[in-house]
Amino acid sequence: MFTRRNLLKSGAALAASSFALPALGGNAKIRIGYVSPQSGPLSAFSEADNFMVAQFLEVAKAQGLDVEVIVKDSQSNPNRAAEVARELITRDQVNLILVASTPETTNPVCTIAEAEEIPVISSVAPWQPWFIGQQGNPSDPGSWQPFDYVYHFFWGLEDNIGAFLRMWDSVQTNRKVGALWPNDGDGNAWASEVGMPPAAAAAGFELTDAGRYQNLTDDFSAQINAFKRAECEIMTGIPIPPDFTTFWTQAMQQGFNPKVVSIAKALLFPESVVALGDLGHNLSCELYWSPAFPYKSSLTGDSSADLAGKFQEAAKRQWTQPVGFTHALFEVAADALKRAEDPTDGDALAEAIAATRLDTVVGNIGWGKENVPEFARRNVAKTPLVGGQWRRKEDGSFDLVIVENGNAPEIPLGGTLELLA
Amino acid sequence: MIWLDTLVQGVLLGGLYALFAAGLSLVFGIMRLVNLAHGDLIVLAAYVILGICSATGMNPFIAATLALPVMFVFGWLLQTHLFNRVLGEDILPPLLVTFGLSVVTQNLLLEFFSADSRKLAMGAVEAQSVTLGPFTLGLIPLATLGSAFAVIFALNQLFYRTALGRAFRATSDDRVTVQLMGIYPQKVFAIATGIALMVATLAALYLGARANFDPTIGPARLLYAFEAVIIGGLGSLWGTLAGGLVIGVAQAFGAAINPEWQILAGHLAFVAVLLVRPRGLFPRAND
Repeated sequence: MFTRRNLLKSGAALAASSFALPALGGNAKIRIGYVSPQSGPLSAFSEADNFMVAQFLEVAKAQGLDVEVIVKDSQSNPNRAAEVARELITRDQVNLILVASTPETTNPVCTIAEAEEIPVISSVAPWQPWFIGQQGNPSDPGSWQPFDYVYHFFWGLEDNIGAFLRMWDSVQTNRKVGALWPNDGDGNAWASEVGMPPAAAAAGFELTDAGRYQNLTDDFSAQINAFKRAECEIMTGIPIPPDFTTFWTQAMQQGFNPKVVSIAKALLFPESVVALGDLGHNLSCELYWSPAFPYKSSLTGDSSADLAGKFQEAAKRQWTQPVGFTHALFEVAADALKRAEDPTDGDALAEAIAATRLDTVVGNIGWGKENVPEFARRNVAKTPLVGGQWRRKEDGSFDLVIVENGNAPEIPLGGTLELLA
Repeated sequence: MIWLDTLVQGVLLGGLYALFAAGLSLVFGIMRLVNLAHGDLIVLAAYVILGICSATGMNPFIAATLALPVMFVFGWLLQTHLFNRVLGEDILPPLLVTFGLSVVTQNLLLEFFSADSRKLAMGAVEAQSVTLGPFTLGLIPLATLGSAFAVIFALNQLFYRTALGRAFRATSDDRVTVQLMGIYPQKVFAIATGIALMVATLAALYLGARANFDPTIGPARLLYAFEAVIIGGLGSLWGTLAGGLVIGVAQAFGAAINPEWQILAGHLAFVAVLLVRPRGLFPRAND
């Protein structure tokens, strides 16, 4: 008999069965969220995104992984990064988040994912600002806690400082160093007690620190005068690119001619060096990936040189250091998804990531290794960092040549450090 | 000796700030419009120069002379079709429109030129300097200061020696009465914005020669320009030059004591001037 009660009963049963279906299905598509600064001042880090995502989807399909990648733009803004992370978790219901480039992007995403119990693989930010920056009280090491769901691979401040000191050791100078450190997270970390001053003193270098200046300063005469007075033959620092250009042009104008200039951050991208023209020749910087690295991709089998070549062809621009790391993020993700018992379960996936031992295009990645201090070992994996020097070519473009490899002797040297002027 | 050198370098820096501020001062003096997009328009001009350079391979100085008429026309169109629609009794709508223009300009530049940081390549002259007694002065900073003087001088001549200048001053004094004399304020405004953007082009040339620029760098420069205008006294062009020099020198001395105080010293000088002379150093008498 067709009554209201019967109708409601059968309707409820129908609804219940259709709700239950997805849970029974099991082999649902794995959803990966990818957050990076694709627009705004940090967008140079994300040049390789489109190429790498397309390549990953192609390879994953061939290897039988049923994945979907949802790409989100942080707009170089930490608040926006947090917002898109929340969107990925609640609306898109992703199983895994990949995040890259600078603590401004990685930290807000990791903090939210840790609270929501979604696994994250993160990279391209020195590990100290990543790990310590996410702690409740960064100034009290006793209170620092490891994380359960977020995993980071990159190098640290100590590697960068070590590479610079070994570069300076390889040439004849008066061992007097001028330092240009801004009043921002990076500058303060370099100038602190865990940064350059104790390491330089131990290696026998005499440091002249002119003091913290504000970013986007238009005049560096005071610093140049201080370096000239101290007769510095070596220059270091971690300025933003516009400030380094201002400083370096003024230094040339005012007759400050150091023999070695090793600058972190500002000389990362070929564009910043090309902008300097002749003045960019033989400046040195940290180098964390180049086509000369002797590593291969676990995903495609491509060597570093092949990967750089394919990127240059697809993006129509010179390779940059983050390219290798964007690729490695997807390598680690694919490897963990394959090993996880149930990739849709957050805990199982986090466990698989923690157990990673993978040879990637940026070197071996594995968490829990001895080369990271005890307190961060669980969440931080270190990759090799070497020293590079920009060499100007006839046509005005620049080559980044590896001149120091103390941290990873398997990476071949391309030359020795040359003095300026 | 260090102190004298600091003073000289501060004056050279002040020349750059005065150039940033001159266009702003002009527009504010004539139509009481606070152009919040001025910094972004300077960056836009820098990209126009860069575009001409890379398309033709010519020196940025020559490219800038080509960019001048382009920017004049752009300023004229901007005023005629955008700012003139919102200028009126209420000062809020034009302020909001320039704020919106700032955001739009930044994002359009980002879309077309990407976030790469760029520079105007001047060649060997970049690193050259002249030695005057105990001082080494960079050629480009000297040219910047020289141009600032030349621009202010030329604008003053324009203001006080020509019919157009008379129209500028009359419109500034009384926008309604001037119409009885056969002057269209809207047309005067359009020419003024055009000239302001020509000055902005010169500022862009020296900004691009001194440091890198990218689409988002404009607003940081706007602040110093504002302070220079206020220190100098609203409506006074020589005052704007003086304001730029005051900030430049204050920053240089602040940095000589401790680089942490560099930017702060400029702002402190601004506050100090306002405390002593609330209307600026050389305010126009009848405002």
